Amino acid sequence: MQRFESGAIIDGFELVERLASGGMASLWRANSPQFDFPLVLKVPFLDPGGDVSVILGFEAEELILRRLSGPHVPRFVASGSLSQIPFIAMEFVAGTSLAQLISNAPLPADEVARVGSEIAKALAALHRQKVVHLDLKPENVVLAERGAVLLDFGLARHAELPDLLGAESSVPMGSAAYIAPEQVLGERGDPASDLFALGCILYQLTTGEEPFGRPATFAGMKRRLYHAPRPPRDLNGTIPRWLEAIILRCMEVDRSKRYVDAAHVLSDLRNPDQVVVTGHLSRSKGIWATILGLFRKTDERSLVGMPADPRLQAGPSIVLVAVDLANGNDPLAQEVLGETARVLGSREDSWLACVTVLKTEIIGDTLAVDESGRSEYLKRLVALKDWSRPLHLPEDRISYHVLEAVSPADAILNYAEHNDVGHIIVGARASSAIRRHLGSVSTKVVAQALCSVSVVRLKAIEEQGRQHSEDRRPAAISPLVREQSID
Amino acid sequence: MRIAILSDIHSNREALDAVLEVVGERGWDELVLLGDLVGYGPDPVYAVETAADLVDRGAFCVMGNHDEAIAFNKGGLTENARIAASWTRERLTSAHVDFLARLPVSLTSEGRQYVHASAERPGKWLYIRDVDSAERCLSSSAARFVFCGHTHIPAIYYALPGRRPICFQPLANVAAPLSAVGRLVVNVGAVGQPRDGNPAACLALVDTQRHEVSMIRVPYDYEETARKIADFGLPAWLGTRLKIGR
Repeated sequence: MQRFESGAIIDGFELVERLASGGMASLWRANSPQFDFPLVLKVPFLDPGGDVSVILGFEAEELILRRLSGPHVPRFVASGSLSQIPFIAMEFVAGTSLAQLISNAPLPADEVARVGSEIAKALAALHRQKVVHLDLKPENVVLAERGAVLLDFGLARHAELPDLLGAESSVPMGSAAYIAPEQVLGERGDPASDLFALGCILYQLTTGEEPFGRPATFAGMKRRLYHAPRPPRDLNGTIPRWLEAIILRCMEVDRSKRYVDAAHVLSDLRNPDQVVVTGHLSRSKGIWATILGLFRKTDERSLVGMPADPRLQAGPSIVLVAVDLANGNDPLAQEVLGETARVLGSREDSWLACVTVLKTEIIGDTLAVDESGRSEYLKRLVALKDWSRPLHLPEDRISYHVLEAVSPADAILNYAEHNDVGHIIVGARASSAIRRHLGSVSTKVVAQALCSVSVVRLKAIEEQGRQHSEDRRPAAISPLVREQSID
Repeated sequence: MRIAILSDIHSNREALDAVLEVVGERGWDELVLLGDLVGYGPDPVYAVETAADLVDRGAFCVMGNHDEAIAFNKGGLTENARIAASWTRERLTSAHVDFLARLPVSLTSEGRQYVHASAERPGKWLYIRDVDSAERCLSSSAARFVFCGHTHIPAIYYALPGRRPICFQPLANVAAPLSAVGRLVVNVGAVGQPRDGNPAACLALVDTQRHEVSMIRVPYDYEETARKIADFGLPAWLGTRLKIGR
């Protein structure tokens, strides 16, 4: 095996300093005149007769990293071929390693929620690029200024690439402390596996303990299919119930009960008041069921449930509906409700955020309290809940938000981006002089949203409005005017 | 280097034209026809003459089992194929038959072996449908990559050191890596009679710089091909299967 010293040059990259690394590769801080940002070179340990999975992991990581982009992964720079000197050159990400942070656990709940939402956001970005990490652990997360950055894609899986590592592996691949139960059984490719690992990390951050320890054997790793860890609040009574509920839902063995979307975890961590607290893991089924279970031979595959993927593809996970209730539950609000029901119908586990905006004149304006003593805010909240009632969504699929803002469009866009919303539904009113002058909410939302937007109109009224405006204006001008006023 | 690989044209003029248009747009440094130029379809003369023209322009072409059956009047075909083969023979001149008869069963270029069916006894037309047959194909070949057709279903088998090969279903129009550590069997699907449920014609494009192979799917007017099949009185199933890709 080749050994390198500081100062050695590989393909134009100068090795500066060796960094701590795992057993598969050496890591070097490196420089190159071609790149004006700090670099890392990852050089796999390729011993003749050594473990073939090192080569395969190297190739898999190279294939995946070069396809990834965005702030939550290190930038891929170059790679060296296996026939010469194999290496992967990538950006060096400055920041705090989660491993360092977790050594100070238990941490306060708000700190755990903040770190957890950073990781969830990074996972959402990764999963959107069709990649599952499959080895999420504190050592592989850097908390940088730009957010959480995920490292080491040596065990990762890209949905559109062959799984070079997956075939015939009798040993589960992953880290014993964080590996998901379906991964223990050899399944590689479900984004929900990363959410299980995130749950283990959150568990450790709140309690200071790893939920399953670090079993060294296959049987030891399999224990997590049958035995739930101690609930976090048993270890630390100060942990809020909502945080425990999020952690336990990440760590559900049965994937039909686990979160399927990182965006959903993110949203729950950021909106604790929306989290439905149901109690312990659904596996705690009573002493008799447990005893009976010992005598029944269960199919392990059935315990982990179906992969999340088909559900992920069925439709958006989080739908935001912005409804204007200033004029009460008017025909447009009802039309918006109908469209919302159709979008939600595409996916049975989708989640709806109902948003209405209370316009304030200046930022920080306090809202007037009307004569009956109820604030406008509460009135709108009640109206919003009443509006959504015909959808008959259970409380864990719906949340209500009365946002106070100067610009309703900005408030909607901010909420959508912050919570990784997958689809926005917004109503558009017929054109009016003011709207033509100021621009409409829906126009701005459509122009600036990062996701798909459904704009809902009342057809009949639109047609009447057009007829009406044509009556009043010269025909040659009206199409132009209408174009400007599209809501 | 850009390599375009076409297999199982099966006398399908509409599919061949559509695929060659794509190949022409993208350009090629090596063009390979993996056999079964004829059989099943209604335009054998056009298929043979187009292939001969491409060979004149530097393309490689190997023989398929239908080419052999038609050139040498051999049996071993299914009933529909046999009916189509005898119909085809009546259409071809001796020059066409001669072109088919002279095709080699295997060609090798820079570490790439081209065969119609399998590198394991190429003239026996063995099907590569699973990991075992892919492994036998590779152990019969000295080449790093074996490209084949015959099954009409695109597939890539990655044989990695010390492991059994992995079968991968390449996605339409998404590049798959040519592994740097393994050996590969690449089934390039069929131009003229796809059977993977997607009726669009299939060809493979290899980019040796990027170490990638892509299965390009090209929609074509299969209604027209099916109409000709019906008009010539060829078995109806041969037209139907073009529409459903089976």
